[in-house]
Amino acid sequence: MTRALFLIVLLLAASLPAHAQDAFLDALAGLAGGFTQQAEAAERLGAGGDPRALPVLRALADGRLLKRPDNTLLIRADAGVTEAATGAAADAAGAEPVRINNRVRVALRGAIGRLALVSPDAAERAAAAEAVYRTRSAENIPLLEAALARESVPRIRDQMALALAASRLVAADATVQRQGIAALAGAGTEGARALLLEARNATPALGPEIDAALVSLDRVIAVKRAAETLYQGLSLGSVLLLAALGLAVTFGVMGVINMAHGEFVMLGAYATVVVQDACRGIPWLEPWSLPLAVPAAFLVAGLAGAMLERGLIRHLYGRPLETLLMTFGVGMILQQAVRLAFGAQNREVISPAWMMGTLELPGGLMVTQNRLWVIVFSLVVLGLTIAAIRFTRFGLEMRAVTQNRRIAATMGIRTGRVDALTFAFGSGIAGMAGVALSQIDNVSPNLGTGYIIDSFMVVVFGGVGSLAGTLVGALSLGVVNKLLEPYAGAVLAKVAVLVGLMLFIQRKPRGLFPQKGRAAG
Amino acid sequence: MSATIATPTPSRLRLGLRAATIAVILLLALMPVLNRLPADHALHISDFVVSITGKWICYAILALAIDLAWGYAGLLSLGHGAFFALGGYAIGMHLMRLIGPRGVYGHPVLPDFMVFLGYTDLPIFWWGFQSFPYALFMALFVPGVLAGVVGFLAFRSRITGVYFSIITQAMTYALMLAFFRNDMGFGGNNGFTDFKELLGMPLNAGGTRAALFYASLATLVGTYFLCAWITRSKLGRVLIAVRDAESRVRFLGYSVTQAKLFVFVLSAMISGLAGALYVPQVGIINPGEFSPGNSIEAVIWVAVGGRGTLIGAALGAFSVNAMKTWLTTIAPDLWLFALGGLFVAVTLLLPKGLLGLLRGRRS
Amino acid sequence: MSTKGRLYLDGVSVVFDGFRALNNLSLVVEPGEMRAVIGPNGAGKTTMMDVITGKTRPTSGTVRFGDHDLTRMDEADIANLGIGRKFQKPTVFDALTVFENLELALKAPRGPFACLRWILTGEAKARIDQVMEETGLTARAGDLAAILSHGQRQWLEIGMLLMQDPQLLLVDEPVAGMTDQETEHTAALLRRIAGERSVVVVEHDLEFVRALGRKVTVLHEGTMLSEGPIDQVQNDPRVIEVYLGR
Repeated sequence: MTRALFLIVLLLAASLPAHAQDAFLDALAGLAGGFTQQAEAAERLGAGGDPRALPVLRALADGRLLKRPDNTLLIRADAGVTEAATGAAADAAGAEPVRINNRVRVALRGAIGRLALVSPDAAERAAAAEAVYRTRSAENIPLLEAALARESVPRIRDQMALALAASRLVAADATVQRQGIAALAGAGTEGARALLLEARNATPALGPEIDAALVSLDRVIAVKRAAETLYQGLSLGSVLLLAALGLAVTFGVMGVINMAHGEFVMLGAYATVVVQDACRGIPWLEPWSLPLAVPAAFLVAGLAGAMLERGLIRHLYGRPLETLLMTFGVGMILQQAVRLAFGAQNREVISPAWMMGTLELPGGLMVTQNRLWVIVFSLVVLGLTIAAIRFTRFGLEMRAVTQNRRIAATMGIRTGRVDALTFAFGSGIAGMAGVALSQIDNVSPNLGTGYIIDSFMVVVFGGVGSLAGTLVGALSLGVVNKLLEPYAGAVLAKVAVLVGLMLFIQRKPRGLFPQKGRAAG
Repeated sequence: MSATIATPTPSRLRLGLRAATIAVILLLALMPVLNRLPADHALHISDFVVSITGKWICYAILALAIDLAWGYAGLLSLGHGAFFALGGYAIGMHLMRLIGPRGVYGHPVLPDFMVFLGYTDLPIFWWGFQSFPYALFMALFVPGVLAGVVGFLAFRSRITGVYFSIITQAMTYALMLAFFRNDMGFGGNNGFTDFKELLGMPLNAGGTRAALFYASLATLVGTYFLCAWITRSKLGRVLIAVRDAESRVRFLGYSVTQAKLFVFVLSAMISGLAGALYVPQVGIINPGEFSPGNSIEAVIWVAVGGRGTLIGAALGAFSVNAMKTWLTTIAPDLWLFALGGLFVAVTLLLPKGLLGLLRGRRS
Repeated sequence: MSTKGRLYLDGVSVVFDGFRALNNLSLVVEPGEMRAVIGPNGAGKTTMMDVITGKTRPTSGTVRFGDHDLTRMDEADIANLGIGRKFQKPTVFDALTVFENLELALKAPRGPFACLRWILTGEAKARIDQVMEETGLTARAGDLAAILSHGQRQWLEIGMLLMQDPQLLLVDEPVAGMTDQETEHTAALLRRIAGERSVVVVEHDLEFVRALGRKVTVLHEGTMLSEGPIDQVQNDPRVIEVYLGR
């Protein structure tokens, strides 16, 4: 029994290609004949779906198909001349190019398109789907249906489905047309919209159905656009969150206004540049330079923060306006020092391969991977910050000192050391923000200045001293900014956000998440 | 809170300062005259020195305005550069209108940049700027209104201290972004330049420059007397009280909002006037004037001179800018270090400024 | 009965994030009355002062002075109505002289332009001299308030209240941190001031309250616990429990 089955399978396997080969060779011969024969042969080859037909037809279309006096067909390519039927190398002596007319050309174009749809090469299939979509002919429907059934790559499937819907739209049969309309209604692209509008003019009979399809299509487009805006907003918001988190610690928790905060972000970005330069040329290390830069940036900026706090800020506690001016001066010095050390021009930080490219989410939503990483990174840093404040001994001492310095001191906490560590911690977070910013912005000495005002806005908006407020503040400011952008333009959106924020502070002077308790009232 | 106020009893230092101030003003007044001397004369002063001094006088007016708000009422504005720039833009619009058909495109009404951007009509907010009194009025009015709105919103909700500073910085930052845009109708990032004349006098003529110099000097002296009058009135004492113990002032029945608003609006208008005098002298205005760095640099002039002293503010404007001119010619890379160092040194070591240093040595 | 110059609190509650600083407090102070308010820490004494002077808005309840609804007015308006307040921690303007402090407090138009035009008349000067005499600060007229002693600062602040010529005076712990001699002087000063004005004194020091010799209100947990002459209040078992029993 098994043996018999095996034989049958073997026979089938042997006979199928043999059969196809016969059809291929049969049709191939027709290409050497008259124009009518050539056109018929091209159509048969196209319908046959044999992968070997494609190079032959292309050669004919390009005038590279040669014919020996004995009607053997040869293909001339850059690599040499081969026999069309077998693919074996051949001699072109005595052969002449096969001539074609316009009728043959039309037949060839269709056949090549059909064959490419089932080509083993994915890029070729995608290009073919695109081409078929553009020609839009009802004749392609069966072909597309067949190709769609075999296709496994989702992106190409979508393209083919769109091409199929477009082809159905121009079919003679109203039922088929309705299928096309239904498919386009869910496509959610501007192209589908244009097709439907065109079909509406061409076939007034289907007007109501097309209108209904347009309504649902517009809904899909709107949802998609909203999702894209949301993603961009979250992406901007996560950058703001990173820049503002450190500030939420130094300004929000400690009450120290540090105008050099942006420069700590900048230091973090330059630490990334240095780490990357150090890793260059060590192949196994190179892809990991970015993760390595995170602790480096934290340490560099944190150390700078500790030095600033111990050396200068400490002497100005209780004098916020002086602190503001002094730290602004420090920021200037840091900027100029980096400008002299690294040059004023932008430095590029190359994203490792695992961070590059775009990711396609279900529904055709495209997201750039490095921005996704920044979002993830900012949330991780937020989580770690909260954990450090809530669950570590250092966090406990920090909260004790900020709530009641005198009592903390009497309980044996060295308040000076805690101040320095807290400030270093906040500055270190700024440094980590610099690592993330190096992925989406130019690394230049004045990198930080663009973020400092926004960061203060986030902290004030969210409520000074509240990390949850900083999160909500950053994300909502980011989203609002991106929501306004299409209507007002990037710059005016920013201006509008600033003005809106000032009005918001009128209603809630203590931000979204005010500190609780009698002391705050 | 460290308090720096002028004691009402005239001391020897005070008299000395007064004499020195008068001497300096007379010397300044002589400068355009000495400029007219032949170039090989021993007392000749070059065009460069006269024009840069004219600029510094405008800066000193701005410094007085900042001192009035910060030194007396405790309002540390990091956005005074915006008022200065708005005043400059107002007069710049007037100067642009006066170019008339002499522009590159030769359009009788529209400035070159508008022709280039394809405008066919003058935007409404440019109407009237062909009149000098109107432009001068706007140079005071626009900063005043902006300060009034921002101040009202901030003071009403009791935004004080660094929060107020940050808001004013955001204000000038937002304006900078807005003015960089071409479609705002203010010449985009190129701003205004290539001015020809003012009040019928060609701008590049020596006489016009001397006239602008004297106008600035007179404004500086006038502003000083205005500020001195205010700070010595009971309002000046209310402002000091607001600076040191705001809520106590409220319980005495004074409206802190009104007092702050008065001084902030007045200070903004003075800054606008300073900008209006500045632009014809330097011959250009662009959105860079709005950059937050400019405003904070002006604050440091006041801190260096000694805030709450008026004279000190003007002194600081002159001395810091003199240092800037000197350093940027001999070692441009060092200037930002020096400026940054100045911020640190003044706040940590010299909280009462140069004038405080003088006083401290005497007493 | 006339409501003019009468302080009237009814059912006043102040809630800070769930914490009831004042809980349904009712209190009436008649014109010309001097009232001492005592109570342990956190009883709501300072919050009560804040509500009357407009620093804190009550969550619910009525606060009236004469016919005016104080919950709708800000600090400056309430001060101009004739309600003066002396803070627990003496707050005078350090950068101004004693004379200038008193001049600022003097009843006069308060607008910025009026202040700009203000000229010190002989009448005003006489009034300031008189108050300096009363508070014993004449010799220090030209000194900055920053260099006064603690007691002198308290008196300067009381002097500023006198300059305001208020109908109602709120005095928060006037003798905290004073020497016995200073305390005595302060009590005399307050009694002298009282006269035709209403005075509300918040104090911890029971001896001082006894020295004033007037009606006493005891606050506890934001509400009134007891009211009456000092001896009656001191024997009230609820008061004893609050002060001693915890």
